[in-house]
Amino acid sequence: MSGSNAAGTGALTAGRGAAVASVLGAAVAAAFLFSDYHLFQLTLVVVYAIAILGLTIVTGFNGQISLGHGAFYAIGAYTTAILMDRYDMPYWATLPFSAVVCAGVGFLIGLPALRLGGLYLALTTFALAVATPQVLKHKLIEDYTGGVQGIVISKPDPPFDLPIDADQWLYLFTLAVGCVMFLLAWNLLRGRIGRAMMAIRDHAVAAEAMGIDIAMLKTRTFAVSAMFTGIAGSLGAIAVQFVAPDSFSVFLSIFLFVGLVVGGVASIPGAIYGALFIQFVPNVADQLSKAAPGAVYGILLIAVLYLAPGGAAGFVRSMTRRLCRMVRPGG
Amino acid sequence: MTAVAAAGAPLLSVERVVVRFGGVVAVGGVSFDVGRRQICGLIGPNGAGKTTLFNCISGIYKYNDGDIQFEGKSIHATPRHRMAGLGIGRTFQNVALFKTLSVRDNVLVGAHHLGRSGFVANALRLPFVRAEGRDAEARMRELLDLLDLTRVADTPAGGLPFGWQKRVELARALIGRPKLLLLDEPAGGLNHGEVDELEGLLHRIREHFDLSILLVEHHMNLVMRVSDKVVALEFGIKIADGTPDDVRNEPEVIRAYLGESDDAGAA
Ligand SMILES: Nc1ncnc2c1ncn2[C@@H]1O[C@H](COP(=O)(O)OP(=O)(O)OP(=O)(O)O)[C@@H](O)[C@H]1O
Ligand SMILES: [Mg+2]
Repeated sequence: MSGSNAAGTGALTAGRGAAVASVLGAAVAAAFLFSDYHLFQLTLVVVYAIAILGLTIVTGFNGQISLGHGAFYAIGAYTTAILMDRYDMPYWATLPFSAVVCAGVGFLIGLPALRLGGLYLALTTFALAVATPQVLKHKLIEDYTGGVQGIVISKPDPPFDLPIDADQWLYLFTLAVGCVMFLLAWNLLRGRIGRAMMAIRDHAVAAEAMGIDIAMLKTRTFAVSAMFTGIAGSLGAIAVQFVAPDSFSVFLSIFLFVGLVVGGVASIPGAIYGALFIQFVPNVADQLSKAAPGAVYGILLIAVLYLAPGGAAGFVRSMTRRLCRMVRPGG
Repeated sequence: MTAVAAAGAPLLSVERVVVRFGGVVAVGGVSFDVGRRQICGLIGPNGAGKTTLFNCISGIYKYNDGDIQFEGKSIHATPRHRMAGLGIGRTFQNVALFKTLSVRDNVLVGAHHLGRSGFVANALRLPFVRAEGRDAEARMRELLDLLDLTRVADTPAGGLPFGWQKRVELARALIGRPKLLLLDEPAGGLNHGEVDELEGLLHRIREHFDLSILLVEHHMNLVMRVSDKVVALEFGIKIADGTPDDVRNEPEVIRAYLGESDDAGAA
């Protein structure tokens, strides 16, 4: 029994590798197959996937509910916009700064908020999301943020005289950063630290008895999560070439949370499914009913949760397993 | 560390420890020692304070008075997450596994405190992180083998039968290289055959891992057969302390257990 199990795991790993390779191949090919507008949409899917991945890390794997990750998205976006606008920094060079700023803010917010824990953390982060647009409009920082008007930034050109247009480059650049972020997350979550995150989520007292410093680990997890979502914000700003306070309303945080749940909370690929949902389902709802797109969106959302209670990731997993069984009936 | 200085001292010494919960005195000034490579049984009727004392030794509760010394040093100020690093490993009376994690991952979490790698090193999967992981995995596989868990390595721990979950907890505690292993009712919920196996297993564990065991157990036959020494509690007070034979014949113990109809028969 143990032998066939090991073989099954091996096949699964190989299958997963093949799946990742083909999705990646399709994603690169898309750059040359789609119109500029559709490429822009796909760029945003990658951006949202990174943002939701941040939430997946902290909520899905560590069990801390954040309803305010839109705030970190906004901080990342503004960091990039300000550095490009005021300091003429190249777009790509702003990413490390954005990462440091967002991780720092995440750490500072995580420090006191985590002591509260559970629902209090959810509300603290929610308050952060509510406050964000107003803070961004505030007079004290208007010089930097551009106040209500926001900041317009320029569209990056493809480097090295590559024979592609700006939209293709933007998409490929975002995709490349996305791949790096997903790889980092995957490494982090499957090792010692990721296991510790999940241990805290499943049983905090036992986790502590195993030598896990809960306060330290949770705070750092929150910071890493804020960093992921912040980098997504930076990429989003570059993609849209514009930041303004009202793009970062509390709804952004809610949509990210919806993406997390729809995709499957504790799943890395789930972040991609969730991003596809929050990018495309509003459009679909709009096409189905011009009069009440909100109602259609709500119904679609409930339908997905009803059909796939473990999120899209759980659905895909059970489908793959069923397919495998059909292909190898004896196994 | 000062291994030489501590060599003569007992591994664990509990000195007049008092624990109060509001008005309730759960442990009222208990003292005893556990020597190196010793198996010490801790018995007593329900509510005697065994689990409470356990939680003090593993740092989960703070005692109100007296002191607990491990290798000659007080643990009073030691944060909970440092206890595993000191060499105190434990299992829980009601099983406290990470339910959604596989058996394999549950056991690996037990090795957490032996690792040094942080967030950045893990995200980059630096060579030393891989080496650390390989090391832990090798010992995990050894323990799964020893405890007959290899077949269920990939199963989520929450889905296993109770007796199996107890063995997962044991593996998870052992992978952390404890010097003192605290077992809270390891035989609870096990059938006759499993209890007999447990007895052999405890001896094998002591030989193989060179550690001391402090064992809370209601199953008298097991305690008396496996322990080098036995400490008996009642209402938070120590009523006997000695070899299994001494304790078994101690009038106070007989009285305490005759008050209880169920366990007395097993003695
Ligand atoms: N967290 C707590 N808060 C308040 N009282 C507690 C707490 N934990 C234990 N007690 C009380 O302390 C006393 C000792 O309980 P403890 O669980 O240590 O007993 P035990 O010897 O482990 O019993 P059992 O054999 O039933 O496991 C009991 O009276 C119990 O009600
Ligand atoms: Mg108890």
